[in-house]
Amino acid sequence: MSPAAITGGSGGTLRFFESTIFKKAVMASTGAILFGFVTAHLLGNLQIFVGQDRLNEYAAMLKSNAEILWGARSILLFCVVAHIVSTIQLLRVNRQARPVAYAKKNNSHSTLASRTMYYSGPTIAAFVVYHLLHFTTGTLHPEFSQADVYSNIILGFQRWPVAIAYIVAVGLLCMHLSHGVSSMFQSLGFSHPQHTPRIRRFARTVGILYFAGFASIPVAVITGILRAPIVHL
Amino acid sequence: MNLTLHVWRQKNTGSAGRMERYDATDVNPDMSFLEMLDVVNEGLISSGKEPIAFEHDCREGICGSCGFVINGIPHGPHKGTTVCQLHMRHFKDGDELFLEPWRAKAFPVVKDLVVDRGAFDRIIASGGYITARTGSAQDGNNIQIPKGAADSAMDAAACIGCGACVAACPNAAAALFTGAKISHLGLLPQGQAERDRRALGMVAQVNAEMFGTCTNVGECEAVCPKGISIEVIARMNADYLRASWKDRGARKESGE
Repeated sequence: MSPAAITGGSGGTLRFFESTIFKKAVMASTGAILFGFVTAHLLGNLQIFVGQDRLNEYAAMLKSNAEILWGARSILLFCVVAHIVSTIQLLRVNRQARPVAYAKKNNSHSTLASRTMYYSGPTIAAFVVYHLLHFTTGTLHPEFSQADVYSNIILGFQRWPVAIAYIVAVGLLCMHLSHGVSSMFQSLGFSHPQHTPRIRRFARTVGILYFAGFASIPVAVITGILRAPIVHL
Repeated sequence: MNLTLHVWRQKNTGSAGRMERYDATDVNPDMSFLEMLDVVNEGLISSGKEPIAFEHDCREGICGSCGFVINGIPHGPHKGTTVCQLHMRHFKDGDELFLEPWRAKAFPVVKDLVVDRGAFDRIIASGGYITARTGSAQDGNNIQIPKGAADSAMDAAACIGCGACVAACPNAAAALFTGAKISHLGLLPQGQAERDRRALGMVAQVNAEMFGTCTNVGECEAVCPKGISIEVIARMNADYLRASWKDRGARKESGE
C-alpha cells in the first residue's frame, strides 16, 4: 500500500444516523415489518378459496375498528417511507462509488434477485399504488363494491391484462423477498456458519411459496376455478 | 499459446483512459499472469512504446500488492489466487482477455492497471490496531483464547488488503476489507479494550472515503484470494451498531 498517504481519522465525526450501516439497519428492520405484513396479507387472501362469505367477513373484520386499522396503516406507511428513503440515500452513495464502469464485469457469484433489488423495489412500490387504487379505494376498478371484496377480486382478475400485471408484480415482490428476508439478518449483524445457509434456504423457499400463493388467485380466476360471484343486491 | 489482450491504458490520475489491444504471442503455460505481462512489456519497450504499468511485489500471493480485473473477475477466473499466482495454463490458446484496474472512486487510477489504495491505509489508521504495547512473545496459553475464536480471527487476519472485494462489489463497497480488519482484532482478547472505538472509527472512515455500501450480494467473498467470508461484514455491522448504542461520547470516555 502507499504509506505516504496515511492520514487516518478524518472520518471520526460520523453521526450514527448518517452512517450507511444505520441506514441498512433501517432497511432491514422496516423490511422485516413489511415482510410480516406480506405474510398476513397472503394468509388473508388465500381465504378466497374457502368462499365468498368467509373472505368478506374477514375483510369486514379488518375494517371493523378504525383505530386499529389506521394504526396499522400508519406503521406500514412509515415503514415504506423509511425503507425507500434509506434506499435512495444509499443508492446515491453507490452510484457515485464507481464513476468509470467496467468494460467487462462478471457478476456470476451473486443471485439475480440480489442484483435487481434496485429495480424490483420501485416496481413493487408502483404496483402497491395501483393495487391500493384498484382493490382498496376502487378508483381504478369499474365494478367496485365497498362490501363485497370477493366480487371485486373475481371481476378485477377476469380482465386478463390486470391478472397478468398482478402475477408479474407478485413475482418481483417474491424475488425481492428471496434476497431481502435473508439479507436483513446480515445487515443487522447476524451471521453464522450453520444458521445463515438455513436462513438463505428459508428466504428462497419463502420467495417460491409466496409467489405460488399470491399468483394462485389470478390464475384461479382466469382458469375459472374461482367462479363468478353471487351478486347480493 | 497466443492471446489477445485488451488493456486499460491511462497516463495518470487526471487523464482519461481507454482500452488498447495487444497480442501476446508464444505464451508459456507455466508463466504466471504477471510474467506473461513482463514479456509483453519487453516487446513494448523494445519497440519504443510505453510498457503496461501494474503493481506487484512478492509474487507469492501474500503481499497484497498485485491485482487487476481479468474478463470482469478481480484476480482472474481461478478461485483463491492473486494474479501473480494465476498461471497461464488456466487459459486457452486464442483467448481474448480484458484487463482493467480496480474501478472505484476511492481507488483513483495512478497509471494503467495501478490504483491508489491509500483509502485502505486510512481505514486501518482509524482503528485497525491495538494501542497497548505487546512486548515480546508471551508464554503459550498465557492468554486463553477459545480455538473457534482463534480460528475465526486467523481467517479474517488472512486479508492482504489487495482490494479485490471493492473491485468485485457492484457498489464498490469496502465492507469485506473493513469487516475482516474489525473481526480479526475484535475476536481476540487483546482487541477487546478498543473494540467499540475501532468499529466506530473504521466505519466512519469508510463513510468518509468514497466507497459504496454493502447490499449483501456476496460478489466479494467469491473473488477474495484469501477466501474471507461475508460473515465478517455481519460482525462489523453488529460491532458498529452495538458500539453506537453504548457510546457515551468523547467527554465521558476521557473522564472529564
